[in-house]
Amino acid sequence: MVWPMAQTIVERILSTRVGHPVRPGEIVIAPVDFAFSHDGNRPQPLQVFRELGGERVFDPARVAMFVDHAPNAHTPAVARMHQQMREFARAQGITLYPAGRGISHQVLPEEGHAAPGRIIVGSDSHTCTAGALNCLATGVGSTDLALAMMLGKLWFKVPATIRCVIDGDLAPGVYSKDLALHLLGQIGADGATYRSVEYHGSTIGTLSIEARMTLTNLAIEMGAKFGVMEVDARAEEFLRARGVTAYQAADSDPDAEVEREYLVDATAVEPMVAAPPSPDKVSPVAELSGTAIQQATIGTSANGQLDDLRAAAAVLGDRRFAPGVKVFVTAASRRAHLAAQQEGLLDRFIAAGAVIGTPGCSGCTGASGFGVPADGETMITSANRNFVGRTGNNRAHIYLASPATVIASAVAGAIADPRPYLAGVVSA
Amino acid sequence: MKIHGRVHRFGDNINTDYIIAAQHKASSLDIDQIAKHTFADIDPDFITRVRPGDLIVAGRNFGCGSSRETAVRVLRSLGIAAVLAQSFARIYYRNAINAGLPVLECDTSGIQPNDDIEVRLEEHIALNHTQTTRIAVTPLPEVMQAVLATGGMGPYLRRHGDLVLPSPDQHPGVSGGSL
Repeated sequence: MVWPMAQTIVERILSTRVGHPVRPGEIVIAPVDFAFSHDGNRPQPLQVFRELGGERVFDPARVAMFVDHAPNAHTPAVARMHQQMREFARAQGITLYPAGRGISHQVLPEEGHAAPGRIIVGSDSHTCTAGALNCLATGVGSTDLALAMMLGKLWFKVPATIRCVIDGDLAPGVYSKDLALHLLGQIGADGATYRSVEYHGSTIGTLSIEARMTLTNLAIEMGAKFGVMEVDARAEEFLRARGVTAYQAADSDPDAEVEREYLVDATAVEPMVAAPPSPDKVSPVAELSGTAIQQATIGTSANGQLDDLRAAAAVLGDRRFAPGVKVFVTAASRRAHLAAQQEGLLDRFIAAGAVIGTPGCSGCTGASGFGVPADGETMITSANRNFVGRTGNNRAHIYLASPATVIASAVAGAIADPRPYLAGVVSA
Repeated sequence: MKIHGRVHRFGDNINTDYIIAAQHKASSLDIDQIAKHTFADIDPDFITRVRPGDLIVAGRNFGCGSSRETAVRVLRSLGIAAVLAQSFARIYYRNAINAGLPVLECDTSGIQPNDDIEVRLEEHIALNHTQTTRIAVTPLPEVMQAVLATGGMGPYLRRHGDLVLPSPDQHPGVSGGSL
C-alpha cells in the first residue's frame, strides 16, 4: 500500500501492517512477525506466558529461544533455566538455538529470520540490531515478549524519527564502532529515547552488513526504540545468500518529517573510546592513550563477527599480548567461530596469549561466567556497555572501543591507537 | 491506588545493571532472592534501609540499558510503591506498567532523601509533605493508565480476554510516556 504522505521507515512499515497511515505519537496494535527470548531473562517469558494463561504460542515457526547469555551453564540455577527452556521449546514445537550456536542478534540474520519490513521483538535491548536489514526490531521485557508469543501482536507508540546522514569513507583503522561511539557522543545516552534512528548517507554503502549491525546495535545506548537502514544491493546480496528473497523493504522519503537531523563527515572520525561509566562518555583514542589496562575483551553482539575478528587479527599480526594483560576473545556465533578458525585467526589469538570463549554473550555481562575482571582492574572491550559492575565486578573500570583498538591496547598494555600497528610503524 | 511513602534518592541514568546486576541472575531463579542485591553496586546499604511502601526518586533516564524485567520485579518484590523520575528509558517504562509498578514522570529536582511524598494518581500530582510542595505529574497514556489501574498486564488481559486499546479512536497525538 502506498500512502499519499511522505513517510519515514518506521511510519511506512507500521502503516503497511496496520492498514492506515500512522503518525508519531499514535498508539497502534501491530502484528509481530517474530518473537524471541533468551536465557538471561528473569522471570523467563515462558513463565510469564503461563501466568498470563498462555497455552500454545501463536505460531511455532515465528517464536524462538536462544541459549546465549550464559552458554557455559556455569551455575546450577543457569543449568536449570536452560532445562526449562528446552522443555518449553519441545512442548511448543519451537526452535531452541542451543548453547554455542551464538548470540540471538547474529543468529537471526544467519538463519534468515531478519527479513526487511518485518516486525521483530526480542526480550533483549539489543534486538534493534536487526534494523540494519530494515527490520522494525526492538527489545521488550518478559511480559511483552510473553504477550507477543501468545497473541502474535503487541502495541506500539509510533516514534518520531532522528535522521543521521553519514557521508564519506572511514579512514584505515577506523570502523563502524568508532562511528557508533562518535554518534553516541553527539546524541547522548538518552538523546534518542523512544525515537527511531535512521542511518543514511554514502558511508553506509561502504560497510558490510556486519559492520552496519554494529551501528544499529548501539542505537539502544542512545535510548532508541529502533535503529533502521534502507536495503541496498549489498543487503540484498546478503539476504539472498541466506535464502531470504520474499520481503517488502521500506524506504524513507527524503521529504519525510523528522524530528532532528545529524550530519556526520565519516572521513574525519577517529578511533573512539568510551570511558566508564557510560557509553556516551566518548573521546578520540589519543586523549586516553597510555591508560594502563589489565584485561582486553573481544566479542559480544556489538563486535563479535568475522569482520571484527579479522580486523583484530590484522592489528595483532605476529605480536604477542603485553605481559600481565588477560585477553578474552569470543565469536558472536558458531559460524563466525568456525570461519575464524578456518582462516587461522583463532590460532593467532591463542598464540598471542588469548583465551577463547564459547560463542554467545561470553564476556559481555557478569552473568556469562567468563572474563570477569578483578578488583581495581581496568579493562577495554568491544562490547556496548561500560556501566559499573557490568562485567561482574563493581570495582573494575570498563572502556569501550573497536576490536582493533582493543587488540592494539592488549599489545601495548595500555589504551592505544590501532593505526600505527596497521601501518607497521609499531614493530613486533 | 494509595501511594504514600518515604524517598530513596538516586541520580541520572540509573541503568538496569545498577538496579540489579546481571551476575545475580546467574545465582538464582527466585526474584525474592535476586532482590536482595537490588542497587548493591551503587548503594550497598539500600537493602537494609528499604521498607515496603517506600518510593524511588531519580533524575533523567531511569532504567536505561538492558530490557531485563528483573529490574522492575525486584522493586515490586521489595514493596516499592512507585518510581518518580525526571524521565524513564522506554523499555523500563513499559515493563513497569506491565508489572503494575507505577512510574511517574515529574520534576524531581527538589526532592530530598527521606522526604515524605504522597502521589494522587487521578489528580496527576505528588504532594511533598516534608517540604510542603506540590509537583505536577505527567499523565500516563490512556492505555497505560488502564493497564496500571487493573494492576498490570496479567489482570488486564484476564479482564479483556485480548490485547485491546481502551477506546477505538487509536489516540492520535497522545502525549507523555514512553511506550
